[in-house]
Amino acid sequence: MITIENLTKKFGEVTAVDGLTFNVDEGEVFGFLGPNGAGKTTTIRMLCCLISKSGGDAAIGDYHIGRAADSLQIRKMIGLVPDNVGLYDDLTAFENLDFYGKLYEFPEGPRRENIERFLKMLDLWDRKDARAGSFSKGMKQKLALARALVHEPKILFMDEPTANLDPESAKTVRDFILEIKKQGRTIFLNTHNLDEAQRICDRIGIIKTKLLTIGTPAQLRESLTKPKTEIRLAQVNEPFIEALKKLVPNKIEVSENKLIIDVRDPDSENPNIIAAITKAGGQIREVTQNVPTLEDVYLQIVKEAK
Amino acid sequence: MRISKAWIVAAKDMTIFLRKKYLIYSLVALPLIIGVGLPLVLHLVGAKKQALNGTALLSVMNAFSFFFGIGAAVLPIILASYSLVGEKIEKSLEPLLATPITDSELLLGKAFAAFIPPVCAIYISSIFFMGLSDLWTHNILGYSYFPNWNMGLILLAVVPLSALLSIGWSIIVSSRATDIRAAQLQSMLIVIPFFMIYVLTEIGTITLDTRTIGIIAGVILAADIILFFLSTKTFQREEILTKWT
Repeated sequence: MITIENLTKKFGEVTAVDGLTFNVDEGEVFGFLGPNGAGKTTTIRMLCCLISKSGGDAAIGDYHIGRAADSLQIRKMIGLVPDNVGLYDDLTAFENLDFYGKLYEFPEGPRRENIERFLKMLDLWDRKDARAGSFSKGMKQKLALARALVHEPKILFMDEPTANLDPESAKTVRDFILEIKKQGRTIFLNTHNLDEAQRICDRIGIIKTKLLTIGTPAQLRESLTKPKTEIRLAQVNEPFIEALKKLVPNKIEVSENKLIIDVRDPDSENPNIIAAITKAGGQIREVTQNVPTLEDVYLQIVKEAK
Repeated sequence: MRISKAWIVAAKDMTIFLRKKYLIYSLVALPLIIGVGLPLVLHLVGAKKQALNGTALLSVMNAFSFFFGIGAAVLPIILASYSLVGEKIEKSLEPLLATPITDSELLLGKAFAAFIPPVCAIYISSIFFMGLSDLWTHNILGYSYFPNWNMGLILLAVVPLSALLSIGWSIIVSSRATDIRAAQLQSMLIVIPFFMIYVLTEIGTITLDTRTIGIIAGVILAADIILFFLSTKTFQREEILTKWT
């Protein structure tokens, strides 16, 4: 659905996006992670034909972003939720959506039906005649989501849709994204929220001007961070550690009464480690297996890219 | 270019204008002053018959007619600046430009919204101006001075061309401004030449006859063409998103 090949954007001497190459499949939720200034918003803006590319190519369906004739077709296929909601405060919720529906030349009947459907899904129907300026941040974000969907786009681009929202509003927005995912829409999601990316996205790309890595959340966790076994003991002292290091070849970190041990295959190594601790005189209180989070992966990759 | 798309933008902008009291007051106040206030001045002066003879009265009425050109230059600035800088402040340009609308359709929509209400207000006030002026000067002149060719040329050529000039200028100024009032104040610079023409008329340096008004309209048209090219160059989506905001 989205094909990106060596896509580059320069602002004068500054390279904002450098040689991105990846695909996003139809119906996929693709998460784009990266620190501030990594080029996430610039990438979305290029894909939405809002700014030109400096090099490479990208296609949405059969249309290429660099071709003037194709850009109108691309903009008909997509919906955008920008990082700033950009609603008209003096128009009502209904008028905001109706204005956008008209710009997409969506027929009046289905347009009104969609407005009602999305406003009801987002618990905004009762406020349809209230001016957007009177809405809370969360309500505005939900209205911006409805605006991006009112013309039934095939692809939805979202730039940090839950940033600065309270937990309840963020959950509503996330649930709504999962709901539209079920409808088979392709979603391109820029986010800082790693937990959100892990829960919503089918695949994740980490960018820092260049694409650093790409894969499913599970693939990223498995490929980059070793699992760790955490063992809490009654007491930890130097002679015990020295004795244990002679029995266990793994890397051991000590934090108060806790041992954090790098393992490759927890199932086969953990019984040996526990036996060794007992042999060295340790009294085990608790054993936990730490599965690396996406945050661990993200921080490691971004750190390595510096 | 699809006019229907431009009209959707214009209708949205005009709906917003109607909900802003200060924009409504601006649209009503100046035409009211020109349409009713100036004839009232003629009436008060005319009541004292020694104050102005027929020739002097005609000269003043001619000069007053040019206020419609001034009004047509002032009013669109208020709306165009609000419309353009308002989009910047609300950060609504990005989602708007992501829709299937071309830059020129958006620009035309903004121009419609800033052009139609002021020009309508000016035309309505001109009816009051001409009617009241004739009513209150007929006893001195012995005939109805309006309508005449001068007024016709001002209303049909100078007014629309002045409005377009203001809109083009406002687009250029608004591209650099982040505050509506600042944009309006800076845009008001375009009105200075119009006031100079009025002053030159009042002190008798120029006579506002059909030929002079035609020349003024021609100069404004030339300026319109220049500003049209400059404003379309300014109003391009990449420029708007990367430099305007």
